[in-house]
Amino acid sequence: MIVLENISKTYLATGVEVAALSNVNLRINEGEVFGIIGRSGAGKSTLIRLLNLLERPSSGKVVFKGTCLSDLDEPQLRPIRQKIGMVFQHFNLLQSKTVIDNVCFPLKLAGMSRQDRHKRAMEVLDLVGLSGHAGKYPRQLSGGQQQRVGIARALANRPSLLLCDEATSALDPETTQSILSLLQQINRDLGLTIVLITHSMDVIRQICHRVAVIEKGQVVESGDVLDVFLHPKHETTQSLLAQSGIDTDGWKAMLNHGQGRVLRLTFKGDAATAPMISRISRDLGLDISILQGSIGRINQTPYGQLVIQAQGDHVSLARLEGLLDSLEISHEELQA
Amino acid sequence: MNWSNMDWLLILEATFDTLLMTGISLAFAVLIGLPLGVVLFLTGPRQLMSTPWVYQSLSLLVNVLRSVPFLILLIVMIPLTRVLAGTSLGVAGAIPPLVASAAPFFARLVENALKELDPGVIEASRSMGASSMQTVLMALLPEARTGIVAAIVVTAIMLVGYSAMSGVIGGGGLGDLAVRFGYQRYQTDVMVLTVLILVVMVQVMQVLGDRLVARLNHRRV
Repeated sequence: MIVLENISKTYLATGVEVAALSNVNLRINEGEVFGIIGRSGAGKSTLIRLLNLLERPSSGKVVFKGTCLSDLDEPQLRPIRQKIGMVFQHFNLLQSKTVIDNVCFPLKLAGMSRQDRHKRAMEVLDLVGLSGHAGKYPRQLSGGQQQRVGIARALANRPSLLLCDEATSALDPETTQSILSLLQQINRDLGLTIVLITHSMDVIRQICHRVAVIEKGQVVESGDVLDVFLHPKHETTQSLLAQSGIDTDGWKAMLNHGQGRVLRLTFKGDAATAPMISRISRDLGLDISILQGSIGRINQTPYGQLVIQAQGDHVSLARLEGLLDSLEISHEELQA
Repeated sequence: MNWSNMDWLLILEATFDTLLMTGISLAFAVLIGLPLGVVLFLTGPRQLMSTPWVYQSLSLLVNVLRSVPFLILLIVMIPLTRVLAGTSLGVAGAIPPLVASAAPFFARLVENALKELDPGVIEASRSMGASSMQTVLMALLPEARTGIVAAIVVTAIMLVGYSAMSGVIGGGGLGDLAVRFGYQRYQTDVMVLTVLILVVMVQVMQVLGDRLVARLNHRRV
């Protein structure tokens, strides 16, 4: 769908060259929700603006549906931008225009007739649940409603890609949930590819299929959301997870010194709901204490992750791996 | 004050002349100042069409015209005024210097009104595939309209004051009347009356302007 190849971006700040992004490679597939997470200043706003060439890369290529966008000039980019919707943190609506006129704006740019504009605008407003507010001005709406107008505006020209620039960061938790479900619904029902940037792992967990973690202008980790959440490799990922309450090292404080083995078990899908611990305990005659655990859903997939300490005789302990393998539970030895 | 002393027809005529000078100069000032202000904004640092040499030279021109005292501008411009208006006297003769003084002032106000806008509006407009021209016409000017209307009111009021000053070199209108009767013939009451009329004029402009701004302003509900 859209590919970034060896992208670097440097700024000239008071005479000094500052690298905002260096050597970034990303491939976003058709129909997925791709999340880019990083702390403020990591380069994620620059990254998302490279996708529709609001920012030009200093080197590297941006390829959208086979067209190399970074080779095009501004007039050539305009019709392509009409097919890439963008939603902003602070909505960026025109305060002087009504809700429906805001939604009509991109349609007018696309040269649609007044009647067709109105019809299409009502369609998208209906989709975001705001058809009753068409005649109001943005300031008369709540933040969540304004963001819905922003989404309707971004969808008006039937884009194939939607860019969300911290779309929920200015909203309260409840409104964030409703906007995330709306984005998820759009992705599912319209098959729209979504790229979003955020600093919140919760946003990634709830709606993204794949994620890239960026730090100091570089992609430090990327992959399926489930894998990245369950087996974070880079310390930035781990600390971002810890900030949203997913602490991967918490078990250390609970450790019973001296005996047994400590393992991290990860279940995905149906395995997450099966009674695994009692099975292991019964079959091998081991005592099992749970040091840490989390069970939940990551983008609709149930998962469970437990850190257990198994105590018992050596023979049984040695048979543990075999049993886990036969139950198809992925496991990782944490301490010998 | 001796009201019977007044030549009402003359005062009425002078009031009308002042309004005419203000109105025509305002129209030209807006016609020239609005595009000039937009260009100043667009070519300014870190803006859509940032072009340092254009910005610097326009900015210098605006500053020069704004720093010349109006009375001096009035006199310096006499040859040019004769070419443009055919005369340097009366209502017509006052208009070129009034425009030369008000247009750069208004342009600066427009530039500032545009600078006050959230840069996110420009970014959103670009992201939807708008050209710079479309961004200006469809997004920036409508967003800045309350600021621009307020700028027109300020400029109009400035023009009322300046048009009175042009009376010194025979510009016509209330200022001319005040100078000729009040100053040269010691008819203080005529001068007082012209001042009163000017005060009322300015007051009415301000109130109407404020009302219009309040009506246009959907930014505060």
